[in-house]
Amino acid sequence: MDKHISTPIDAETAGGLHAGDYVYVSGTVYVARDAAHKRFMEALDRGENLPFPVENAAIYYMGPSPAREGRPIGSAGPTTASRMDKYAPCLLDLGLRAMIGKGKRTQEVIDAVVRNQAVYFAAVGGAGALLSKCIQSSELVCYGDLGAEAVLKLEVADFPLIVVVDARGNNLYETATGDYAE
Amino acid sequence: MIRTIQTEEITRNIREMCIEANHYLSPDMEKALKDAAQAEKSPLGRKILCQLQENLAIAGEEMIPICQDTGMAVIFAEVGQEVHLEGGLLEDAINEGVRQGYKEGFLRKSVVGDPIVRENTKDNTPAVIHYSIVSGDKVKLTLAPKGFGSENMSRVFMLKPADGMEGVKQAILSAVKDAGPNACPPMVVGVGIGGTFEKCALLAKQALARPLDVRSQIPHVKELEEEMLRTVNGLGIGPGGLGGTVTALAVNINTYPTHIAGLPVAVNICCHVNRHVVREI
Repeated sequence: MDKHISTPIDAETAGGLHAGDYVYVSGTVYVARDAAHKRFMEALDRGENLPFPVENAAIYYMGPSPAREGRPIGSAGPTTASRMDKYAPCLLDLGLRAMIGKGKRTQEVIDAVVRNQAVYFAAVGGAGALLSKCIQSSELVCYGDLGAEAVLKLEVADFPLIVVVDARGNNLYETATGDYAE
Repeated sequence: MIRTIQTEEITRNIREMCIEANHYLSPDMEKALKDAAQAEKSPLGRKILCQLQENLAIAGEEMIPICQDTGMAVIFAEVGQEVHLEGGLLEDAINEGVRQGYKEGFLRKSVVGDPIVRENTKDNTPAVIHYSIVSGDKVKLTLAPKGFGSENMSRVFMLKPADGMEGVKQAILSAVKDAGPNACPPMVVGVGIGGTFEKCALLAKQALARPLDVRSQIPHVKELEEEMLRTVNGLGIGPGGLGGTVTALAVNINTYPTHIAGLPVAVNICCHVNRHVVREI
């Protein structure tokens, strides 16, 4: 089923999504991947706040290619989410509502999605040129020294996503493949 | 007759090849993706495959890389033994081409200088270069930028001779199953069988650079390629791993003699952005 939602995403909105829904997301999305997540954890360990408002936020696991002149961003497709599995439950427990990436998640992450009424979306991997067209602006939040791994704040319009893990713990990767297996 | 090639010519070609590979797929890949969109049975799978077509069109027309992971530059340099290179080290010339290509092409710099310290080299160097000395007076360069979503899902299996053909099939299947959605299916499966530990991995990488419409010249290997493609597509993983009948576009298998005690099998998985550009200088 096709749905349109905006960020920030509250628990009720996330709870209304089902594995397999095709969802167009608009609003602010934060970009962070491996090295940035490591720094988030180090900041939390030091008793500092995260460098972005995590409550009801959506994180996009992504590292864009550089923008050509006059464009907000370069190619901007999802990276493999499992590399952030180590960090995701902690962020979900702090109020993170949505994760955008591609690929399998651990049971610990799925449990944290259910516990926090959150959602895990997949974007189409390897469609970075197409997805970049839905990104209206991109600004650096922090960790600029990480280059392609810096934390960014994006404004997106009708960003196309598929719900893979919903707030009840349904996992599209587990269910959908069975339909076509011989 | 010795032929002299200036290494700056190598640099210029590598620079152009980096940009070309990241914005346009080779004709064999384009055709395979088009055919996949026709063959796929899942509606969501078809939708994703159509988006990949659209993505390719945008990449070429607007010069936005096909995928943001513009890869680590893998280069096969086949140097004719009648070639004399002038103007500096070949390795430096290749790395300079990568440096220029990734900067001028607005490609992502995805290489860290030390795997433990992990500081970005900021110019995507060094490349991974495989040299071979061949006959003739030409230099053949194959550039295959490799994304790591799929590279991370690749495997080496040191099987026993007794595991035989069945063991080889199981190894390929288990790598593909584990990769699932992580490797951005529909994938291309490069397989190396034989040689030693490192040789089979190299065979698998070379298999990925073989055009998808070219089957192995060895009859039983060709049969295995065809059978494994059918089996892999029967797994139901589908485009994006979200279910479907097109999980792989091809299974390319390269083989090499091996030791009486061993049966090495490497499975190098590539996503649907299987980039390879070849030039002969």
